[in-house]
This record gives sequence, C-alpha cells and structure tokens, in this order.
Amino acid sequence: MTLLELQRRMAEAVMLPLTRTDTMQQKARNGRSMMAEAAAFIKPNDRLTSFERLEIYNRQYWFRIISAFAEDFPGLGAVVGQAAFEKLTRAYLTDCPSQSFTLRNLGSRLETWLLEHPQYAGKRLELALDVVRLEWAYIESFDNATERALTIADLGQLDGESQLSLQPHLRLLHLLDAVDDFVIDVHRRQASQGVASNAVTSAKHLRSRRLPASLKRGDIYLGVHRYENAVYYKRLEREEYLLLRALDAGSTLGEALDQAFTSSPLPEDQRPARVQAWFANWAELGWFCRHKTAAARRTARKRVN
Amino acid sequence: MPANRFNGFTEYGVGIGLRIPHYQHIFEKKPVVDWFEIISENYMVDGGRPLQVLDQILDQYRVVQHGVSMYFGSAQPLSREHLKRLKTLVRRTNTPWLSDHLCWGSVDGRYTHDLLPIPYTWEAVKVTAKRIRQVQDYLEIPIVVENVSSYAEYHESEMAEWEFLNEVVEAADCGILLDVNNIYVSSQNHSFDPLTYVNSVPSWRVAQIHIAGHSKYRKYILDTHDHPVIDPVWSLYARAIERCGPTATLLEWDDNIPSFDEVHAEALKANRYLKRATVPNLPPGALNKVREHPLETR
Repeated sequence: MTLLELQRRMAEAVMLPLTRTDTMQQKARNGRSMMAEAAAFIKPNDRLTSFERLEIYNRQYWFRIISAFAEDFPGLGAVVGQAAFEKLTRAYLTDCPSQSFTLRNLGSRLETWLLEHPQYAGKRLELALDVVRLEWAYIESFDNATERALTIADLGQLDGESQLSLQPHLRLLHLLDAVDDFVIDVHRRQASQGVASNAVTSAKHLRSRRLPASLKRGDIYLGVHRYENAVYYKRLEREEYLLLRALDAGSTLGEALDQAFTSSPLPEDQRPARVQAWFANWAELGWFCRHKTAAARRTARKRVN
Repeated sequence: MPANRFNGFTEYGVGIGLRIPHYQHIFEKKPVVDWFEIISENYMVDGGRPLQVLDQILDQYRVVQHGVSMYFGSAQPLSREHLKRLKTLVRRTNTPWLSDHLCWGSVDGRYTHDLLPIPYTWEAVKVTAKRIRQVQDYLEIPIVVENVSSYAEYHESEMAEWEFLNEVVEAADCGILLDVNNIYVSSQNHSFDPLTYVNSVPSWRVAQIHIAGHSKYRKYILDTHDHPVIDPVWSLYARAIERCGPTATLLEWDDNIPSFDEVHAEALKANRYLKRATVPNLPPGALNKVREHPLETR
C-alpha cells in the first residue's frame, strides 16, 4: 500500500460518522466490515483490537469538529433545539468536511447546505437561515482584513462615476427576523478558546441557549463590522443597505443611489441630507476603502476558504 | 545543545503556551516569562483582535511559532496559500525557529484537524523530508519537527518511531522539538521503553522540548494536556536535558486551563533540571567545528 493509499483509507475511516452512542460504526460507507477494514492497516496490541485503536481517532475527529462547530453557531443551536442541532451538526459535517487548514472556516458552506437540506431546521427555516447568516458574518467580521479607510475628505472628492469598495470585515445582511440582539447575547455568554496545540478534545455535549418566546418579524438590515477590534451589528435603513449593497457589487455612486431610492417612500427633498449623514457616519466607522475590482475582491475572499 | 542552528542560535529558557484565558492576566500583570509559544494557525488571519493581541505580546515578550496543520507527512503537495500566510506571520513574529508535527492530517483537500501518525516507511521518510525542506526553503527559518502522541500503529511500518524520526531529520536536515510527554504516551500505548527513544534522538538536533500532562484510561493514554506533568515524564525530561544540555522548554496546557500562575509555576519546575545541566552531547566531528568557530552566533 502506498503512503497516499493508506492515508486515503485512514481518512475515510476517521471521518466515518459515529453511531448514536459515539462509537465507530461496524460498517464502512461501502458496506465493508470496519473490523476487517481496521485490521487491514492497523496493528492490534495486547489491550486493543485494530478496530478499537482506529476508533480512538474516529471519535477524536468528531469530538473536535463538533465542538468547534458548536462554538461557532450557538445561536443556531438555540433556534433548532439541542437534539436537532446535534443531528444538523453531524449531517452538515458529514456532507461538508473541512477543506481548510483552519477550523475557522468550518461553517463556510452552512447557509448553502441548509437551503438544500431544510428538514434540519424544522419549522423555523427562515429564522435558522437568518441566524446562520449572522453567525457566519460574525466570524468573517472578526478577523477579516481592514484596508486603509477613506476619510471624509477622500469621500468629498467623489462624483457620480466614482466606485468604492467596502472594508473586507464589513458584511451586509438582510434578515427577516430581529435576531441580532438574541445572537449578540448568545455570543457574549460564550468565550472562545481558540485552537490548542495537539491536545485531544473530550466529548462535550452541545448546550444551547433557549430562543426567546417571541422575536419580532420584519425586514432587518444590518451592517456587521469591526470597530477597534470588536464586532458590532449596526442596524441600517433599507435605502442605506441598498446603497451599500450596490456599491459593494461594483456600481458607480450614481447607479447605487438610483438603486437605493427606487420605490423608496423617503421624500425626495430629504434624500440629500440623509445620504450625507450616512456617508459621514460610514467615514467615521471607516467602512470604505480604495476601490478594488470585483475579481480582486473575490480572490481575497477565496483565499481564506 | 542549548543554542544551535536549529533554534536560530538562541538560548531561550522556560516558556508557556499563549492561551486565551490568560490574555487578561498577561496584559494586566505583565508577568516575567522567558517566552511564549503561539499556535500559528490562531494568528494566520487577515486582521482583528488576534493580531492586535499578538502585537501586544510581541511588544513585551519573545514568541516562538508552533503549528498544527502543516502535516509534513501528508502524501500530497503543500498548500501554497498556507505557506504564504505562514510566511506573513513569520515576518510579523520574527520567530527564531518554527515547529510543527511529524504527522499527517489531510488528503484530497479534506482536513481531519488531527495529528495522525505516519507509517514509518522509507517512502514516508522521503516524502516527509522533501516537504520539510520545501517549507524550510520557503520560510527561510529553521524548521523543527515534533514527535506526536499516537494510539495506533500500522502494519506497513518498516522501522521504530525513533528510527523514523532520525531518518527524517537527517534527510531534511532539520531540528527536533522533542515532546517527552508524547514519547511517554506513545510508549505506554505501544509498549516500548521511552528511554530507548530519548537515548536514540540525535541530541545536537534538539531545538526545543515540550512537556505536558495527559489522561490515563484503562487500556490506553490520551494526550490531553489538561494535567500537571507526571514524574515519569519529568524523568524523561531529565534524561533529555542530560543529553541535550539546557534546551528551550515549553509546558503545554490546553484544556481545563488553570490560572496563569499555576501553569507558569508548573513550567518553572523544569528549572530543577535545566540548572543542573552540563555539557551536552555533540554531533560527530562537532568538537573540531567548535574549535574553528568557538563563538558562532547568528
């Protein structure tokens, strides 16, 4: 067996989903006995069979990634409930194993996966998706780059043809439920532990906080951003969100303003003052940076996933 | 050997791992610590608080980078993106050497995030040494490989773990981060004499030593880094220091982390052995080199 063949075989076994009681399954994905599979490349010793030795790694793999995932998405746990969250976690991580050297990116495909597997969210799919978007935005905002911010003076030079880029740490969200306060509260209660050397992770039961009895429904527009190295959720007006969204998509300032105020109830005579106030606030928060092409921004985002 | 080309000719004393629960204590109390070891992956990010914290630490302390995902023993090519990020961090920290594990953990783009044992074969020696050399060439700093704890052995293995380690470091011409706790854990899991391991390691390549605690189960031991160091591990450490001389030493404590002072006090127990250390073993022919370059420094 070559090194590569052995590693593929070992990885397949290590990543095999655990049983309900957190033991290694008796059958591999291809139906082969795991006893025979383990014996094919792992030596037994005087205390443990090949199966039992392989099982240590199998359990360790799942305990580690389940624990990391639970740390990243505590709000989702609260929305779907503890038992459903455990099922969702294992199903997602089976379908979407880590493709990155860092566990930080473990949830990068969760929104797409949940849309394709709505049954894991139960009756609260929209709410679950909102929370996933918000929790992933938090991760992105926490440690994405900060480019040199444009000042209010820089912004004063803009005209209708100008293009602007948003800071890589700024994420724009349109949510259907007012979950921001709830998610903030959940995250505040949880202190991150970071990655620790090569220590074995113990099995930790996923504990989730309960969702408040009622959450306000309705369009919520958010800018998830970092300021002085803390992540904030800033509520935006609908037009404000649309303007930023259009600029982020590469529209010129003129085009973005048109898109923002299409079907806006805001009286036309109030718009200039409102836009000016937004820009002053955004400049203060350092949300804009020198324009990058869409391709450059895609490359920068791809680098971490 | 205390200062050698594998640890950038530094003479670091006793350090501890930089962990989040200790941040506040470190910034408020500014304790005297010889050096901190950071997990590279925690800081291979583009911005935010992790880098802010790191910069604050770098202002006041010496830092050495320790990685958990280079997977020197993986059969497939290295990730360029990973290397680029690592190099950016190396420039930031000025780490005198960089350590990662003698293990594998990813295949076909899927990551296990575990330190899986390599089969001790000649093919693996070649593959692993080549990857270490590539990393060393790219990062332009000494690379040091750490022996891992293991819970399984492969039928494919053609040599003992310490023989494999020696072959790899010789072929790659790199240093060793000797983890005496990992040696102890593996020796109990695979029934070998840990002293044979410690006595077989080329002492002149040892750049750093790790000590840690572990958890004992009925049929095996797990490397949990959540207890004080036990006496048999201190004995191995004493023997390693006897052979290598006073070497940079780091205590790992990663779960159920006690107060900073408790962790630091446990680490400083290493001084009992370091202060007794005398002349280390030297590589073959080294005495001639020492006479030619008696005060070689970087």
